[in-house]
Amino acid sequence: MKKLINAPEDVLKDALEGMEAAHGDRVRVTYDPPVIVRADAPVQGKVGIISGGGSGHEPMHGGFVGMGMLDAACPGEVFTSPTPDQMDAATKAVNGGAGVLHIVKNYTGDVMNFEMAAEIAAGEDIEVVSVVTNDDVAVQDSLYTAGRRGVGVTVLAEKICGAAAEERKSLQEVADICRRVNDQGRSMGMALTPCITPAAGEPNFTLGDDEMEIGIGIHGEPGRQRMKVEPAAKVVERLASAVVEDLPFSEGDNVLAFVNGMGGTPLIELYIVYNELNKYLKERGITITRNLIGNYITSLEMAGCSITLVKLDDELTRLWDAPVDTIALRWGAR
Amino acid sequence: MKRFAAEVAENRGYLTKLDGAIGDGDHGTNMDRGMKKALEKLEATEGDDIGASLKAVGMALVSSVGGAAGPLYGTLFLQMGQATAGKSELDLPGFTTALDAGVQGVIKRGKAEPGDKTMLDALGPALEALREAGDDSDVAGALGRAAEAAREGMEATVPLVARKGRASYLGERSAGHQDPGATSSHLLLKTAAEAVGSGGAAG
Repeated sequence: MKKLINAPEDVLKDALEGMEAAHGDRVRVTYDPPVIVRADAPVQGKVGIISGGGSGHEPMHGGFVGMGMLDAACPGEVFTSPTPDQMDAATKAVNGGAGVLHIVKNYTGDVMNFEMAAEIAAGEDIEVVSVVTNDDVAVQDSLYTAGRRGVGVTVLAEKICGAAAEERKSLQEVADICRRVNDQGRSMGMALTPCITPAAGEPNFTLGDDEMEIGIGIHGEPGRQRMKVEPAAKVVERLASAVVEDLPFSEGDNVLAFVNGMGGTPLIELYIVYNELNKYLKERGITITRNLIGNYITSLEMAGCSITLVKLDDELTRLWDAPVDTIALRWGAR
Repeated sequence: MKRFAAEVAENRGYLTKLDGAIGDGDHGTNMDRGMKKALEKLEATEGDDIGASLKAVGMALVSSVGGAAGPLYGTLFLQMGQATAGKSELDLPGFTTALDAGVQGVIKRGKAEPGDKTMLDALGPALEALREAGDDSDVAGALGRAAEAAREGMEATVPLVARKGRASYLGERSAGHQDPGATSSHLLLKTAAEAVGSGGAAG
């Protein structure tokens, strides 16, 4: 394994110190417990929004802390859910008197730790509402699994809810918008290569030189199918058809299309994916009215991509367009 | 507790490897980090209140392990701590009651059932063995049987298809692998039995 680290056990701390050094104007960083907080938090009268999860998915979530998006992020160890004391500290730091929204990706550990944090907050008289995202169509949603994973939709929900909170919408309203984005969004990903956590030091699964995994999770969890690598057009058709048919998205729909890189795929390939996605949707009468292309919810150095579609209405479009000023997502501000 | 921490440290690579096969490959590392923290907390806990000690371990695990194992093991020890609050000694029925409370907490937190291929598949049979032992005066023997039941439960997870946690995404592909959570739970029971067998304190 070759990695630009000092020691596996220092990865999180060292990276947080780097973020603090680079972006101290936007965020405050605490280390015990690890929390990244918006520099001007708590914003009085505004719903606070926090999220969190294992590290290794940068820029999610720390890169999304700032005006118009998250008020705080709780980074766990690499691919390990953060702990309730982190979420408790974040909740307290961002509570401006209007309550706090917890946006939680549907992973067993994340859900349980956030549950414990919400129980603690209830004891401290801070109003907390949790919304769990579960947009990954690769997982069969049944009683026999932990349910669908929360992936790409999480990023879009954090942006849209952040804008809603800036408009001083109530906690219930912001939570409802979060649920709406999740309900109207679907994702699926694929991988060309595995990834290597610093602690393990070796790939978490293997793929042949000529193979890809369709339906991969953001920790390298296996997907629906392993197969020979195909041209981008064919790969996009596999991902997009699974996403489109699941909701389903239909003729006349306006969508926000999010082509996300897993960390090890160059932008030039993501634009090829976007082009194929645009053609695929056009043929079906679905119009991309907003888009996001880049590495936003990554899986360390994994090569691959995911496609997320969210059905847009006027309100969601307006909230998407609203100013945002975070480390990784920035428009309409300053 | 020290034995369990040492056992976890020694088996860190093994647990992580098991977890890599069907999970995300961090169980050993996370439990090792948590148990080191728990030992620090234990050393700072004064007095002979077993409940307070167990609670300190639970809090340390909740705040340092992360993942699913943090809330689950944390809840196990917190509930056991609550059931033994104020006690400086535990007889076998007392230990059984405490473990029962812990296991019920794990069930509530994780919403798993026996046979879901989780730590419950080791803890459940161990609890059953302790219940059967009643107030047997041979405490070490009873704990030994509980550890043995946990081992059998752990080994019985191999053919199971996971229905909870990250391994459940694998569906049928999770069969043929031993569950890492059941494995660490077996280590816990095994070290408790060894501690009592050699005259140390249980828990």
